[in-house]
Amino acid sequence: MTTPQPPGAHLPDHPDFLWRNPEPRRSYDVVIVGGGGHGLATAHYLARNHGITNVAVLERGWLAGGNMARNTTLIRSNYLWDASAAIYEHALKLWEGLEDDLGYPILFSQRGVLNLAHTEQDVRDSVRRVEANKLNGIDAEWLSPDEVAKVCPIVNVSGDIRYPVLGATYQPRAGIAKHDYVAWGFARRADEAGIDLIQDCEVTGFTVDGDRVTGLRTSRGDIGCGTVALCAAGHTSVLLDQLGVRAPLQSHPLQALVSELLEPVHPTIVMSNAVHVYVSQAHKGELVMGAGVDSYNGYGQRGAFHIIERQMAAAVELFPVFARAHLLRTWAGIVDVTPDASPIVGRTPYDNVYLNCGWGTGGFKATPGLGWCLADTIANGEPHPYVEPFGLDRFVTGALVDEHGAAAVAH
Amino acid sequence: MQLITCPWCGPREEVEFHYGGQAHLAYPDDPAALSDEEWAHFVFFRDNPKGPFAERWSHAAGCRRWFNAVRDTRTYEFLDVYPMGQSAPEVAS
Repeated sequence: MTTPQPPGAHLPDHPDFLWRNPEPRRSYDVVIVGGGGHGLATAHYLARNHGITNVAVLERGWLAGGNMARNTTLIRSNYLWDASAAIYEHALKLWEGLEDDLGYPILFSQRGVLNLAHTEQDVRDSVRRVEANKLNGIDAEWLSPDEVAKVCPIVNVSGDIRYPVLGATYQPRAGIAKHDYVAWGFARRADEAGIDLIQDCEVTGFTVDGDRVTGLRTSRGDIGCGTVALCAAGHTSVLLDQLGVRAPLQSHPLQALVSELLEPVHPTIVMSNAVHVYVSQAHKGELVMGAGVDSYNGYGQRGAFHIIERQMAAAVELFPVFARAHLLRTWAGIVDVTPDASPIVGRTPYDNVYLNCGWGTGGFKATPGLGWCLADTIANGEPHPYVEPFGLDRFVTGALVDEHGAAAVAH
Repeated sequence: MQLITCPWCGPREEVEFHYGGQAHLAYPDDPAALSDEEWAHFVFFRDNPKGPFAERWSHAAGCRRWFNAVRDTRTYEFLDVYPMGQSAPEVAS
């Protein structure tokens, strides 16, 4: 029998400084706007896979202080459509080796995800998604309510609740990771490769010459660029407005919350699209919960209380054991939502500007996969095959990747 | 939760309302003349400003009527509320 330890005792110590804090140089081959997970991962893979290190990552605030610090850290690849499955499964495979790649602990814990079904239509959709996942080589199973209770004993699978659990899809390889450590690991590796991570540097405009952007105006002076990659998540519209480019993005607050620390009670991840809550237990012991986005557009990094109230009602019905847990804190990230609930990655009307946005509520899980593919796109000047279906032009051609069903949260 | 002022019912709680997105979008005068790109912009592309935004709301759990509002997307504060068909008022941001 192992000796009981206080929650968090197995966590690594806080690190020393992991990156320099350089002054921006006059120009770079590649400038990445946005120092969150996607920007940092892109920087890392530019150096690691392509040897491109004359790179700056510009961050308006502090590194990974936006959505990267505000998300619920779920990682899975059980998406319905082939295009989505490909990029998220690519990411999941990278997650599985990321700790070794970064030489840094990220506390990736493959504890599996249950996506609950509560209606006959949910059941049909879920079984279809399981079969689609299997065809794409993704681990997926359909579980009966009794099997759900074996995976996660605290889920209420009785038939007398308002929306009984009729079963669930299960992806055993899904998991969570420690979001800050993920960002720090990428930042450390990028910095070691000579990439400048420049914080407190807001992009206020662009210098344009014909079809090319030649420089960025920032709160820390003008910076010339060979290639620009926009990785600003919910604030991408603000940047695109400065470039005179429109994209079908709407920014919404997406709230999340944590309970006080509890003993280990919740061994997996449970998501429910129908009653609308998703829950995992963080390494330290907080229950981490999220629901859908607030309906209105917003940049305020907070949301309405009634959203939390509904989410709590759903959580307590599904998990009666949570009824006495105290809410510790709530927050919101600003997510950029697209009409087909899928990201926009690839070309813009400017030859040397690449777009990465529209991940909505699902950006964290894609972090290494997107970084890998966007770095490849920048290095080769052609969209990587995994991001090619997610071009901005799909809204004109009609080749949408309508992923509302598998996003698992209401967009 | 904040109070939203319905032009017909007065201040009511936010939960009574339904959000309708950007206001003042007109169906094309000559639909057949639009290119694919213009259709895409009509169907999918909306403004997404950080600041005052003219948008539609419906008092779904009250009088069930639609109205327009200018709301600051940074603070969520309603700067003005006005009937459908009226042009957007100038508001201080």
